[in-house]
Amino acid sequence: MIQLQKPKLILENGLRTDGRKLDELRPIKIELGVLKNADGSAIFEMGNTKVIAAVYGPKEMHPRHLALPDKASLRVRYHMTPFSTDERKNPAPSRREIELSKVIREALESTILLNLFPRTVIDIFMEVLQADAGTRLVALMAASMALADAGIPMRDLIAGVAVGKADGSLVLDLNEQEDMWGEADMPIAVLPSLGQVVLLQLNGFMTPDEFRRAFELAQKGISSIYALQKEALKNKYLEYKEE
Amino acid sequence: MSQANKIYFEDRSIVTPGDLIAEGEFQVPWSPYYYKVNGKYYSGITGLITVKDGSMFEVIPLESSRYYPKVGDTIIGLVEDIEIYGWVIDIKSFYSAYLPASSLLGRPISPGEDVRRYLDVGDYVIAKIEAFDRTISPVLTVKGKGLGRIPLGTVMDIMPVKVPRVIGKNRSMIEVLTSESGCEIFVAQNGRIHIKCANNLIEEALIEAINIIQSESHTKGLTERIRNFLKQKLGVIRNDSAPKTEANT
Repeated sequence: MIQLQKPKLILENGLRTDGRKLDELRPIKIELGVLKNADGSAIFEMGNTKVIAAVYGPKEMHPRHLALPDKASLRVRYHMTPFSTDERKNPAPSRREIELSKVIREALESTILLNLFPRTVIDIFMEVLQADAGTRLVALMAASMALADAGIPMRDLIAGVAVGKADGSLVLDLNEQEDMWGEADMPIAVLPSLGQVVLLQLNGFMTPDEFRRAFELAQKGISSIYALQKEALKNKYLEYKEE
Repeated sequence: MSQANKIYFEDRSIVTPGDLIAEGEFQVPWSPYYYKVNGKYYSGITGLITVKDGSMFEVIPLESSRYYPKVGDTIIGLVEDIEIYGWVIDIKSFYSAYLPASSLLGRPISPGEDVRRYLDVGDYVIAKIEAFDRTISPVLTVKGKGLGRIPLGTVMDIMPVKVPRVIGKNRSMIEVLTSESGCEIFVAQNGRIHIKCANNLIEEALIEAINIIQSESHTKGLTERIRNFLKQKLGVIRNDSAPKTEANT
């Protein structure tokens, strides 16, 4: 669906194009341990955005000379499948995907306790199965859930959400239309328990006051995402406990 | 310290990464599964927390496919590769271990001697970890009682973090497994179990029981459930195979 004219992003009744309130998240679904061969895996869905992540390791680094003597290295690949977008996406890694792999790696490096595993490597693969705005954060959260599924020690789970500006008002968790036609898009990822920001990018324009309010709005969204993530991890074991 | 020590979780509850476990000063041993920042202890993994008299806690991981090597642990290794003076052994860890040939032979290896004659790729060995730290990969030794190549039996794999559960408190679980099945069972610290059984049917039942322990390790009353499971399963097998054994004798 290609729109040539900017649609109305906030409708007369104050709701957004997909019927959400300004501060409402898209529905979230988390599935753990979906791949047999990986050490840890997860599928993370947020509205129509859907990402699968797999973790392999820690394992010995080959070739040896690339291993870091004091900590584990991370190899991260963010990739969009050719069928994830409206028009077929060339499967070769684009400039954008290489950059996102890097920012996701840096976010993950700040949460994984890498110094526990010197001279090893952890491979993380993320495939965007369906793209509808916010893929970098959904990919990042899928990776953090897959790491938790693999039992790799980390400081905290990563939770993140984008805030943006559409038709002059701040909106939480942008959808594709708001991403394309809105005035600003700011993905934020944090370690909620520790209150540390691991990823923050801003595309577009915001006044300092809008930035502050956007950040607060994001934190509200993040705390409910974080609760869902914890619940997903615990649910795996509660099934048995209730017997 | 004047500030009160506080543990925020009840015994046997599940923690997830980032959960604030406790605040204050605790005499707890180092573990990779939690970490401390500014007097606050946070969990690093999804695990089960045990609290002992309000002053001690321990986090037991529920997930992890790899073994964290510790000097002195007895492990079962799989020969992966052969080098001139020893073997490269897979110990289900993130590092491969090395077993020098002199440890197995009790003498230095003579030049040109083929170490393949003593251990070949695919062989299992019971060994002890002799040396390991952050800078060197684990070095194994087979000097000692009960160590060396495994000549017969079956080796099964479980998650290394489930080893304590398969052994049980005061060896209660392993006692149930051996007495009910009559098999010889050796549980190595790296999550490999060596089983020697009278016949295949008993072995299969035992493996099934161990797999149940693995998937339900965090539940209560598991030892009794396993005992009943084995009684029921093996009762059927013994009844079925009774005429056969008579025919053999």
